[in-house]
Amino acid sequence: MSGVWIEAGVKVAVLMGLLLTGAAYLTWVERKVSGFIQARIGPNRVGPLGLLQPLADGLKGFFKEDITPKYAYRPLFLLAPALAFVPSLAVFAVIPFGDRLPILGRVISLRVADPNIGILFVFALASMQVYGVAFAGWSSNNKYALMGGLRASAQMISYELAMGFSVVGVLMITGSLRLSEIVFHQQGLFHWNLFIQPIGFVIFLVAGFAEANRLPFDLPEAETELVAGYHTEYSSMKFAMFPLSEYFHMMAISALTVILFFGGWQVPGLRAAGLAPLAVSILELAAMGLKMGFFLFLFIWVRWTLPRFRYDHLMTMGWKILLPLSLVNVFWSGIGILMGWF
Amino acid sequence: MENLFGLAIAFVAIFSGLMVVLHRNPMVNLVSLIINLASAAIFFLLLGGQFIAAIQVIVYAGAIMVLFVFVIMLLNLRRELDPPKGGRIQKILYLPAALALAAGLVYAALGPRIALPAPPPPGPDFGSVERVGELLFTDHLFAFEFVSLLLVVAMVGAVVLAKRRLD
Repeated sequence: MSGVWIEAGVKVAVLMGLLLTGAAYLTWVERKVSGFIQARIGPNRVGPLGLLQPLADGLKGFFKEDITPKYAYRPLFLLAPALAFVPSLAVFAVIPFGDRLPILGRVISLRVADPNIGILFVFALASMQVYGVAFAGWSSNNKYALMGGLRASAQMISYELAMGFSVVGVLMITGSLRLSEIVFHQQGLFHWNLFIQPIGFVIFLVAGFAEANRLPFDLPEAETELVAGYHTEYSSMKFAMFPLSEYFHMMAISALTVILFFGGWQVPGLRAAGLAPLAVSILELAAMGLKMGFFLFLFIWVRWTLPRFRYDHLMTMGWKILLPLSLVNVFWSGIGILMGWF
Repeated sequence: MENLFGLAIAFVAIFSGLMVVLHRNPMVNLVSLIINLASAAIFFLLLGGQFIAAIQVIVYAGAIMVLFVFVIMLLNLRRELDPPKGGRIQKILYLPAALALAAGLVYAALGPRIALPAPPPPGPDFGSVERVGELLFTDHLFAFEFVSLLLVVAMVGAVVLAKRRLD
């Protein structure tokens, strides 16, 4: 019994460590890639290639003065960053990063938990995340923050629907909500859901960008009109928790895209190559990392490619294009299953 | 361990339930209601109903409460923060009404029990998505389809009401 607890504890600790460093270095990657796209250098002063920049940024975050505005509603003002941060981190509890890792005489499954409700757990946490942003905007007692908070919550609930429906096709084909079973169902390159559910994939990715409040959907924090949106009044580490949760969000969306549409950790033909089990699982972990990395790169790439939407266009797209399209996709998947195409 | 956890959540649920009605700030009421609904989800989880717990969070604590947040965020809260001025009838009747409710609750808690038939023992897949889905589409099909009809009617009604105001 205690062995199970220790294993789970180690897994959580390793995952937390990886996620926190990952998010920190994602800021570095984002600045470097942005620099590359804009034909400039990016951070290069702190450490070789600016590699210690995230560390410096973190230290700065901790040592800045922490200001609570006089007319802010203090309890909620303190609660809001945690409400944004915790669900975005908790999502990773159900995300499978690989199959099994045989190491030190034990076989460790590479996920913290694999509940029956897998993907629903993810959506439940995503729906909780709205509150962090909404309460941050309201409790700051600042009109720009309030507008940002309202926009963010409206945007998140609108795109959550399209996102939920875009996945239904995949779930119908797999017949399970368990994320690991969704991965196992996609053996072989042409069984990847990308080829079976192309519309679902596009809707999921677009809705994912909107859910993570990334450009071209970053209206909640549109600098030119809203100062900084819902986190205008935040400072120090309380402020840093919002961008951090945005990075976790990006990582979660990337991981889910890979799991739902790109065969998860699987590499076509790797199992048949006859390598040692340990080598296979390490290569599969690397494959998962590479696939996720591609989508993280895509987030940054799109940021410097597409301009920001206008707010009414954003809402029109969510409700009048993506949602009906995702319903059509569900219908089409149903026909496909009836006819035995998939 | 599980019982202790359940007890702690029970206290959270009762406290947040009290805060929904007792606190003066509508935003705090709202947060308390969200916490209350979320603790109900944890109860479902402790009872083995994974699917119901997820739906409780997505539908109640997530979707429905967000609409409440919207409305309250747009209200001018200054007025709500003042103590409410009750009418004459409220001043006379509040005490008897509260006492009657308290008596009813005490009677329900301590009075004679109605013997309920013992529920069948839960199977190994109790509360799973598959099991709930199977029940919904077999034993409870009529109720399930009827609720969907009700929701469509409510939706059409909302659209009609909103349209009328625009014209």
